[in-house]
Amino acid sequence: MTAATGNPAVSTLPPRASFGKRARRLIRRHPTAVVGFVLLLAMAIMAILAPWITPDPLRINPIIRLKPPGFTGPLGTAGPFGTDFLGRDLYARVIHGGQISLVVGLSVALVATVVGLAIGLLAGYLRWLDAVVMRIMDGLMSIPGILVAIALVALAGASMTNVIIAITIPEVPRVVRLVRAVILTIREQPYIEAAVVSGVSLPRIMFKHLLPNAVAPLIVQATYVFASAVVFEAILSFLGAGTPPEIPSWGNIMAEGRTYFQIAPWIIFFPGAFLAVTVLAVNVLGDGLRDSLDPRIAKRMR
Amino acid sequence: MYAYIIRRMLSTIPVMAVVAVFVFLLLYLTPGDPAVVIAGDYARPEDIERIREQLGLNKPLYVQFFTWVGNVFTGDLGISIFSNMPVLKLIGQRLEPTLALAICTMIFAVVVAVPMGVLAAWKAHTWVDRVVMIFAVLGFSAPVFVIGYLLMWVFSLNLGWFPVQGYKAIADGLGPFFASIALPTIALGLVYIALIARMTRASVMEVLTEDYVRTARAKGVNNRTLLMRHALKNASVPIVTIIGVGVALLIGGVVVTESVFNIPGLGRLTIDAVLRRDYPVIQGVILIFSGIYVMVNLLIDLSYTLLDPRIRY
Repeated sequence: MTAATGNPAVSTLPPRASFGKRARRLIRRHPTAVVGFVLLLAMAIMAILAPWITPDPLRINPIIRLKPPGFTGPLGTAGPFGTDFLGRDLYARVIHGGQISLVVGLSVALVATVVGLAIGLLAGYLRWLDAVVMRIMDGLMSIPGILVAIALVALAGASMTNVIIAITIPEVPRVVRLVRAVILTIREQPYIEAAVVSGVSLPRIMFKHLLPNAVAPLIVQATYVFASAVVFEAILSFLGAGTPPEIPSWGNIMAEGRTYFQIAPWIIFFPGAFLAVTVLAVNVLGDGLRDSLDPRIAKRMR
Repeated sequence: MYAYIIRRMLSTIPVMAVVAVFVFLLLYLTPGDPAVVIAGDYARPEDIERIREQLGLNKPLYVQFFTWVGNVFTGDLGISIFSNMPVLKLIGQRLEPTLALAICTMIFAVVVAVPMGVLAAWKAHTWVDRVVMIFAVLGFSAPVFVIGYLLMWVFSLNLGWFPVQGYKAIADGLGPFFASIALPTIALGLVYIALIARMTRASVMEVLTEDYVRTARAKGVNNRTLLMRHALKNASVPIVTIIGVGVALLIGGVVVTESVFNIPGLGRLTIDAVLRRDYPVIQGVILIFSGIYVMVNLLIDLSYTLLDPRIRY
């Protein structure tokens, strides 16, 4: 955000407080956002370190199938989350599943934001384009996103790329609407008119004058898109039209656990809990960012 | 005002047109020959040819599109590739459980969420408000299938209060019907409750700062009347709007909830169709769901004039 304000030479900001001081202030003002961020960071670190801190998530061992959490295996190996119907270590699978969720969440948030931003900037600024684009977006928003995503993945084939594309498509209209709303409020500002009159080129007006205004709300929106993408991926996998079934994503683990739910509920509960906590962390972080980046909305929503 | 109603009704036409084009093109958005995609991995060449013939995929694209749209207008959504039954008939068979679940959830959510939101606004910045808001954040984040399994585990498997899975039609008696739909309704309703409660709270809080509320208070209107007649009534437009927007959440949630609780509704039909690549069924269901969403939001927009006499178009 500070990067967008540009030239440091003319900056009138007071000298930066020490890191510790700023951190303490942040915790005091937005305690839940900090908790969300820390949780998310912990999840991310666990997911990235998964290959080193867990056993092989794909190793099948039928002798110890459907063991409850906390059992001790024949060789003294402890399975804190128990095992699934093939005797695979659930702890390893759930931690590895975090990788899928993170990759899908980040990719969708990034792609949806970039694509939505481009369309929104053009639609918001070029009046002749606006009506057409917004009608198309209204139409897309009327189609239930989950159905579109399931249908796309089923028809295009189960792969990570297809899952990411399928989840991105229903998310784009939301970003477009947001960007357009921001642009509409500033399009008539005198400084934009001044820029037009002084012959600034269209791309330059967009990136130099319009874009910085959309950055803060976009960051907030991106966190919500991230949360929604993580849930979507899990739902798609759970329904059997998502990440390829051999990859241990949270939705896939839960889908495999359905048959055994009555005798081994932990197969569903562990990935479910990780999913719920991740989404909660992202949403709380988003709420905190919204409050700190835009005090006006914050006052209304609080 | 009539001009507005007509204009608003006309505005659904471009939206539905975009929906129709998108649903039609869904098959072409995916790479590869559509007939091959539908036929699946183990199809013989004659199967592919049969599908191409049956769906008219050998004709030019625009001919296909207008034939399809024309058929939709006459109520013909095509024939299922898998079961060889008319899609409309398949949808009709599965409509009851889905509608029952959606309507129960909507009523349940509104009945719970609106008082919750009003209470939170009335007791703003106290522990009551905190609890409601924490619940709203938790409810909004909890994925519907996780909640579904949790409820099933506690209330069906451990306490034995409700049947584990399945659906009993209304025709089988109200008792069994409500027993079978109770947990799915709660699971699906949670996110909706969170959404509505939050909006109700924000909207009522804003109204409570208005001058006429202060006046009402000053002339000794009791709290109940003040909240119901003065605050909630004036706060109703954003609340009703969010109920309409939430229908999209509801539709997505129905598909998942039906899967978790083994309810043979439209959601199950969709998933089965998707897994079998039964393209006409997929098209039909998406079109119907989108149509419902557009209609609900049209009705909500039109209801504004009834809710708030100040709104005159």
